[in-house]
Amino acid sequence: MGYPHPSHPKETPVLSKHFGDAGARTYEGWVQRGGYAGLRKALGMAPDAIIEELKASGLRGRGGAGFPTGLKWSFMPKGDGKPHYLVCNADESEPGTFKDREIMRWTPHALIEGCAVAAYAIGAERCYIYIRGEFTEPLAVMHQAVAEAYAQGALGADALGSGMRIDFVIHRGAGAYICGEETAMMNSIEGKRGNPRIKPPFPAAAGLFGMPTTINNVETLAAVPHILNRGADWYKGLCLGNPKSTGTKLISVCGHVQRPGNYEITMGTPMRDLIFDMCGGMRPGRTLKAVIPGGSSVPIMNAEEAGDCVLDYEGVIAKGSMLGSGGMIVMDDSADVVYQVWRLARFYAHESCAQCTQCREGTAWTTKILERILAGKGKEADLALLLDLSDGMTGKTICVLSDSCAAPIVSGIQKFRPEFEAYLSGARQPALAMA
Amino acid sequence: MAERVTVTIDGAQVSVPKGTTLIEAAKQAGVLVPHYCYHPSLPSPAVCRMCLVEVEKSPKLLPACVTTVADGQVVHTNSVGAKKAREGVLEFLLINHPLDCPICDQAGECELQDYTFQEGRAEGRHDDYPKRYNPVEEFGPDVLYVPNRCILCTRCVRFMEDVAKDGVLNVSERGDRAYIGMFPERELDHPWAGNVVDLCPVGSLISKDFLHKARAWDLDRTASVCPGCTQGCNMTIDTRDNTVVRLRPRANLEVNRHFMCDEGRMNYRWMNRGDRVEAPLVKDGPRHQAIDWEQALDRLAQLVRGAAGSAVILASGRASTESLGLVRRMLAGFNLTAAVAVPMGEEAPLAGVPGLALRRERAGNLIGARILGYDAEWTAALAAAATAAIVVLLDVELTGAEVARLAGAGAVVALATMESEGTSRADLVLPITTLAEENGTYVNVDHRVQRFQQAKSPPGMARPAWWLAGEVLVAAGETVEAPATAAEAFAALGVSYPAFAGLTHQELGFTGRVLRSVPAGAAG
Repeated sequence: MGYPHPSHPKETPVLSKHFGDAGARTYEGWVQRGGYAGLRKALGMAPDAIIEELKASGLRGRGGAGFPTGLKWSFMPKGDGKPHYLVCNADESEPGTFKDREIMRWTPHALIEGCAVAAYAIGAERCYIYIRGEFTEPLAVMHQAVAEAYAQGALGADALGSGMRIDFVIHRGAGAYICGEETAMMNSIEGKRGNPRIKPPFPAAAGLFGMPTTINNVETLAAVPHILNRGADWYKGLCLGNPKSTGTKLISVCGHVQRPGNYEITMGTPMRDLIFDMCGGMRPGRTLKAVIPGGSSVPIMNAEEAGDCVLDYEGVIAKGSMLGSGGMIVMDDSADVVYQVWRLARFYAHESCAQCTQCREGTAWTTKILERILAGKGKEADLALLLDLSDGMTGKTICVLSDSCAAPIVSGIQKFRPEFEAYLSGARQPALAMA
Repeated sequence: MAERVTVTIDGAQVSVPKGTTLIEAAKQAGVLVPHYCYHPSLPSPAVCRMCLVEVEKSPKLLPACVTTVADGQVVHTNSVGAKKAREGVLEFLLINHPLDCPICDQAGECELQDYTFQEGRAEGRHDDYPKRYNPVEEFGPDVLYVPNRCILCTRCVRFMEDVAKDGVLNVSERGDRAYIGMFPERELDHPWAGNVVDLCPVGSLISKDFLHKARAWDLDRTASVCPGCTQGCNMTIDTRDNTVVRLRPRANLEVNRHFMCDEGRMNYRWMNRGDRVEAPLVKDGPRHQAIDWEQALDRLAQLVRGAAGSAVILASGRASTESLGLVRRMLAGFNLTAAVAVPMGEEAPLAGVPGLALRRERAGNLIGARILGYDAEWTAALAAAATAAIVVLLDVELTGAEVARLAGAGAVVALATMESEGTSRADLVLPITTLAEENGTYVNVDHRVQRFQQAKSPPGMARPAWWLAGEVLVAAGETVEAPATAAEAFAALGVSYPAFAGLTHQELGFTGRVLRSVPAGAAG
């Protein structure tokens, strides 16, 4: 973790090694800590060689989807004569996730370096960093760092003396969750309403301003210089579980644990090690009840599933959920699952961009039903109705916001049905007064 | 020829050009995929999710409006999954849509009503929740926005943004609070803005002019052509009890796609005027005396036969090709000067559709008239009329000064719809029909001959001008048989005007035909 607590022995600090170390924020400080060696090395390599190295490392997208990064970069057309763009997704709007914030806050140059390598590898002269509007401190740090990198010649017309042009534009978001979705983000950067676009065309074919574009998460890009410095084999070796999941992953743990925070684990670390060792376990007298492992959009796990879950892409899928962005929300037995599901649904209803019918109307309607259940006014048929509406909201829309609203509802009802029924039968006192 | 692919849609195989969307391919297979946001003249955002269909080997349902066909694809638009998805969309759309069909102008031609009736749930599950409420807004001179009925298909936004290129509309807010917003200090006053009313699949954008005038099922709809300018937009005349209540664009991809301008759309009240010339009138001293058609035709034939020297026709540029042609032929024996009145106005293009504009020349058949030899300057024709043996006014209203110049003319015959100073000077006034009351054709700026059809019955004894001209030609021994229908009159045109030779009304169909050879100088 590094900040505010020192790293736990079971962690593998790579990205988080300098968290809490204010000296790493400056260009000088970063160079002293081995920074910009990865970029220098990259600029001496052929772009294809960098992509091959990344493919060999097994690095996968850390924003949530887990798509192989090298493969994504290889989709960029070559010699097409068009401007290419790199977009760094620093919107980090997924509830429960706060890792990118710390990367930008403590190691801004790690991100700049990673972006510059990626820009070089995909033939982009310009990189847009789209930073969540609420991130005032990371934004200030990034502005400072980019200015410094320009001043030091790491960016600009002749990056590190290589003759390559790499320009950076920092774009501040305006507070919409949906702008973390890559195509909505492109619209937002273009000055349009942040609505997701239909795919195809995929960004590599027609993305930002209609040009070939690659979009990567902050954590993904920050890992790139380390891979170039230490080699694909080293990165691939950071694996305790399925060989398809390699490297380290920052997990943002929040909720009912003794020490919430960012933990950098090796892929394949058991979830119970994270919760019970690194995070110090539950509060005294409390037991684990549920875990949302990958940000609010993924299905809820019960304690049993969490107990023997392995933290890598495949391990969490095997337990019916997803590793997602690594925003882990832990709930002990004091938590009211019905209430938590309602809070999530309300969030999605607020953030729906209103394009697709199922999402616009479904997120609001399911929220209202959950609200009446919590108010003690639920009806017997409500659970079946919620499941049916969730089915209508899943897999039918342009982006997955609608699916994300349905996931906790469906998993909540499936795994914690008695809690819903207690509200319906009146066995449990209403938790909400209905307006 | 473009590469073609073969797809099977609901069991029917169709071959379509590569790149065709599933929804268009389905149309060719005779399958209408229900949809709201899709419109063939707008970009597709795939947001309503109504057109989701099952495509074999695809894990998810695909939106037919943006999915292009692939060779060998097998598509099921009525699979259990596709039907359930549509039922779901309909239910979601209805939870905030008022059931005010009894007072909604769109009822009867509402796609939400139609599809719900067709395959929606019998009962809602939204229970006692109040629906979203927002007050009605005034969007522009003729457009009202009823946000409660809005299904956020965004057709109106895209029309203004991508077709009119005047992006005054937007989607404001998010989630179920979203509504169609107007940019501050703007209004929906673009010359083509009225199209948003037609594009709206529900009763959310409605015309103030048409508000509560008629129920859709009480309307008779007639294919016609706008007489407003030389563009010749295809339109539908909607009548109720023999009264025109609305004009709407009729699709013609070559001329106006799915649009018409507001000026054309609003220009129908003259079709309902009650103060029409209803009987033939002959000058009897200072007054006109009503006579029957037999006497009137005799009188006309007599005037034509009795005169010699020069003749002048002053015609409306909105008269039909048939009437312009036969009236001119009626006076073929004279030293003839023929001119049409061409009111001029501002040009108003629809930026997103090349070649589509409200044209400066506000005369629907100006080009037809030119081809038929109405090629004189108006002022020159007026000068000639001062000394002509016979002057025929074809549906034109002359100014007082213009009428004064006819003082020295021999005989003046007015083929008229309305009484005016011109008719009071006329020796013979013959009641004729308007565009709405007859069949006929116009030739537009691109030399496309297009048919319009009779939408309402003519008043009194009014007859088409081509009919009376035909009768006079027979009386003069010119043709064996007078044309009894506009189609026959059109066929007869070919005899004297080679540009029309060989064409028939039937061949023109609903979208017209472009004339292959047009006399030089008639290009307009």
